[in-house]
Amino acid sequence: MSNQIKGYINSIQSLGALDGPGIRFAVFLQGCNLRCGCCHNPDTWDLKGGTEYTPLEIVQKAERFREYFGKEGGITFSGGEPLLQADFVREVFSFCKEKGINTCLDTSGSILNDKVKKLLSVTDRVLLDIKYTDEQSYKDYVGCSLEGVLNFLDYLDQNKIPVTLRQVIIPTLNDNEDNILRLKDIAESHKCVDKIELLPFKKICQVKYDKMGIPLPFAHLPEPKRDKIKILEEILYN
Amino acid sequence: MEHKNWNGFKTGTWQDEINVRDFIQTNYKEYTGDSDFLADATSRTKKLMDRVQELFAMERKNGGVLDVDTVTVSSLKSYAPGYIDKENEIIVGMQTDSPLKRGVNPFGGMRMVRQACEAYGYSLDPSIEEEFRFRTTHNDGVFRAYTEEMRKARSSHVITGLPDAYGRGRIIGDYRRIALYGIDRLIEEKKKDKKALANNDFNTDSIRLDEELFQQITFLGYLKEMAMMYGFDISEPAKDAREAIQWTYFGYLASIKEQNGAAMSLGRVSTFFDIYIERDIENGILTEEGAQELMDDFVMKLRIARHLRTPEYNELFGGDPMWITEAVGGMGEDGRTLVTKNSFRMLNTLYTLGSSPEPNLTVLWSTKLPENFKKFCAKVSTDTDSIQYENDDVMRPIYGDDYAIACCVSAMKVGKQMQFFGARCNLAKLLLIAINGGYDTTSGIHIGPQMPVMDVDKLDYPAVMERYEVYIKWLSKLYVNTMNIIHYMHDKYAYEKTQMALHDTDVERFMAFGIAGLSVVADSLSAIKYANVRPIKNENGFIVDFETVGDFPKFGNDDDRVDLIAKDMTHKVITELRKTPTYRNAIHTLSVLTITSNVMYGKNTGATPDGREAFAPFAPGANPMHNREENGALASLNSITKISYDDCRDGISNTFSITPDALGRTEDDRISNLVSILDGYFAKKAHHINVNVLNRETLMDAYENPEAYPNLTIRVSGYAVNFNKLSREQQREVISRTFHEAI
Repeated sequence: MSNQIKGYINSIQSLGALDGPGIRFAVFLQGCNLRCGCCHNPDTWDLKGGTEYTPLEIVQKAERFREYFGKEGGITFSGGEPLLQADFVREVFSFCKEKGINTCLDTSGSILNDKVKKLLSVTDRVLLDIKYTDEQSYKDYVGCSLEGVLNFLDYLDQNKIPVTLRQVIIPTLNDNEDNILRLKDIAESHKCVDKIELLPFKKICQVKYDKMGIPLPFAHLPEPKRDKIKILEEILYN
Repeated sequence: MEHKNWNGFKTGTWQDEINVRDFIQTNYKEYTGDSDFLADATSRTKKLMDRVQELFAMERKNGGVLDVDTVTVSSLKSYAPGYIDKENEIIVGMQTDSPLKRGVNPFGGMRMVRQACEAYGYSLDPSIEEEFRFRTTHNDGVFRAYTEEMRKARSSHVITGLPDAYGRGRIIGDYRRIALYGIDRLIEEKKKDKKALANNDFNTDSIRLDEELFQQITFLGYLKEMAMMYGFDISEPAKDAREAIQWTYFGYLASIKEQNGAAMSLGRVSTFFDIYIERDIENGILTEEGAQELMDDFVMKLRIARHLRTPEYNELFGGDPMWITEAVGGMGEDGRTLVTKNSFRMLNTLYTLGSSPEPNLTVLWSTKLPENFKKFCAKVSTDTDSIQYENDDVMRPIYGDDYAIACCVSAMKVGKQMQFFGARCNLAKLLLIAINGGYDTTSGIHIGPQMPVMDVDKLDYPAVMERYEVYIKWLSKLYVNTMNIIHYMHDKYAYEKTQMALHDTDVERFMAFGIAGLSVVADSLSAIKYANVRPIKNENGFIVDFETVGDFPKFGNDDDRVDLIAKDMTHKVITELRKTPTYRNAIHTLSVLTITSNVMYGKNTGATPDGREAFAPFAPGANPMHNREENGALASLNSITKISYDDCRDGISNTFSITPDALGRTEDDRISNLVSILDGYFAKKAHHINVNVLNRETLMDAYENPEAYPNLTIRVSGYAVNFNKLSREQQREVISRTFHEAI
């Protein structure tokens, strides 16, 4: 059995109401290849941190919550960057598919290799985090290329995997009309995108950074004003 | 049998016998649509409610009690009619002659009445003192019979909150019978039952019943006279919706005039009323607006119901509650839902009149409920924090489809079953008494089997369990016998004449025991089993503290290692209780429910091996200890679902608070996610949940600025309270509870 693969897990949230459709059993993995200035989970960066689990252990845990999933809910892998542990996640998702549990992947879409493609073949939905809509910002604040992410999205489109596009709205960096219109363009040119979520940048994660003794890169930026997201959503949907 | 006021109803056995369920089943119209049909409050309703709000404000300003009638003993006919605004009321009737004025009711016990009057700056009129000098109250009777050991159990607080000095409550009259049959028919049936007794041999049981029937018949007569004082003749069945609601309310009103029981619950009236409303709408004599207006006026009356309580009582049951519990929804045995348009109207009063703790709206949840109704309930919860949910799929197979909830979580068939309320014993304190060999370090009382203090460096799980079981056995026997005395005396000196008249003569009884501190005990035993617990003794050689080293599984994380300890504990306790026979052959039941007394229980309990400090509050009901949940909300819920309803037939209470942000990004998401949570929780056979969707900051702000939140309602433990009516200590405890937050 390929049950030998171990996953490095930061934490498990039994009630994930913000991580995909319906109620999700949300697993946050260790390891990230990016260093986004707005990252709210710096404690997941280290690939070898956290607790080790086998795929079966995760599936058995998730199953204890399947009564709550209803028609829409299921399991979500987030992180960190779950694509870094693609084999492990694929193993879990395969089990889930057998048991009829909906599978969802929350990713930056920065890696697309054979392992990832195999994982996507057992993924019911991708929550794709588009950080910015221009190459320069990706270069400055993320550490990968927008082009790679768009290739990833193209692949999802070709394989008809439903996608929720997500973007964290960060004042001065992407809270402008141009960015939203470009985001809209990206969504419209990919049929697989059926939902877009604009999420406000939050600094509640500051405590995690303090604990780790490192600075939150975007500490100097404010959180968006309450109605800002609404205004941007109006641009997006009109 | 026929009656002109039944025109338009489908015929059935309900006509020939007292059988409200059959009337409902043959006549109600299930509703599976959405809430769009609902009407807003009329200007009449708004005006009247404004007046009620003014009265509430005056009551608050006056220290919580607006006025007390210290001269009159509360009963059905002892007060002149009272009104909020006579010309504009469509449902009438008041406990005393003026809204929010409280009456005195010394039948449960004189001391409580005296203390309650004094606490609010009044003194009981000497004429009442004089009258009751020659009467035996329930309280007098109990203390004549209590043994020394029972008194010790009481004063050491190992059993607390017993209804030995106040009305026991938790009895639901089938108030609907008055509307459906009229008083005369009910009297006639009771007379038949009394007459039939003549064929029996006369012994203690039959003589008691014979006298009770005499009292029931007498009080049905008083009830009729009471209604007449308000200008209504309730001899005959109600002819329309307004009369049906009015007749039913008179029955409830008579009960709260006669009794000041702890919980005076309403039953299950919404769908019953719907039948009358539908008939009136069909006949063109009522509109949707009019129907909502009737419900609004009825609910307004329920919101101003009050009893006079002592400060000690408020410590147990904070927030001045009456537990006017109304069970809404549920499914029928034939698979149709019992949800009607009037189920929506009842919940809609939280919008038309604003959020409120009373009536204690309790949705009987089934995974098979219509989706539209589920969503409406979830919306009301997220908007008002005023409703609780109980598992119809677990209760219906036991109680059928015409049961209701007394107090918080006590199910009973309406008019066919009643319970003897029994508060609760303190399991955490009992553990400490066991370890100390029969000595309670907080009260300094020696109690129970006497043996040496456990003399070890590290507590050993099997040894502790062996000893604990000895004490559980001892306490269970004592608890049942104490309850037997209490309820013998209550029947003798403060029998619920009106409420029992609205029951079948041959009634089934429960004796409801309870436990407090379940999660403290589970975590403590888990610590002893999985970590190292070193007892620390005081200078007298008694264990007063513990040093716990190492990690151990904690209740609330979906970890069977500790969750099953909690489950086994309830099983052990009910099994032991069942070994001692009960008064009137009542069925032993058990609840895991604390009301707000979790603070007081904690105050009377020393440090426990789970790391809880001495005198710190327990978690309420069956809740995990605050902030020990590490795997999120659903893991916490899963732990509670493992406690079996078979062991805890009197209910397993769980209070759940979640921030709006953690429940979903949009209102639609929050509603559908809450529905999924409830469906999942109840599919796992859980029994009860209070849902609060709010931020801790709101409560903290209300704590500092109460005047900015006059109507802030929050579910606490089987009921809801106005946050401002809790004591400062209770407020702090509520704020410290786990709020499931977004990470």
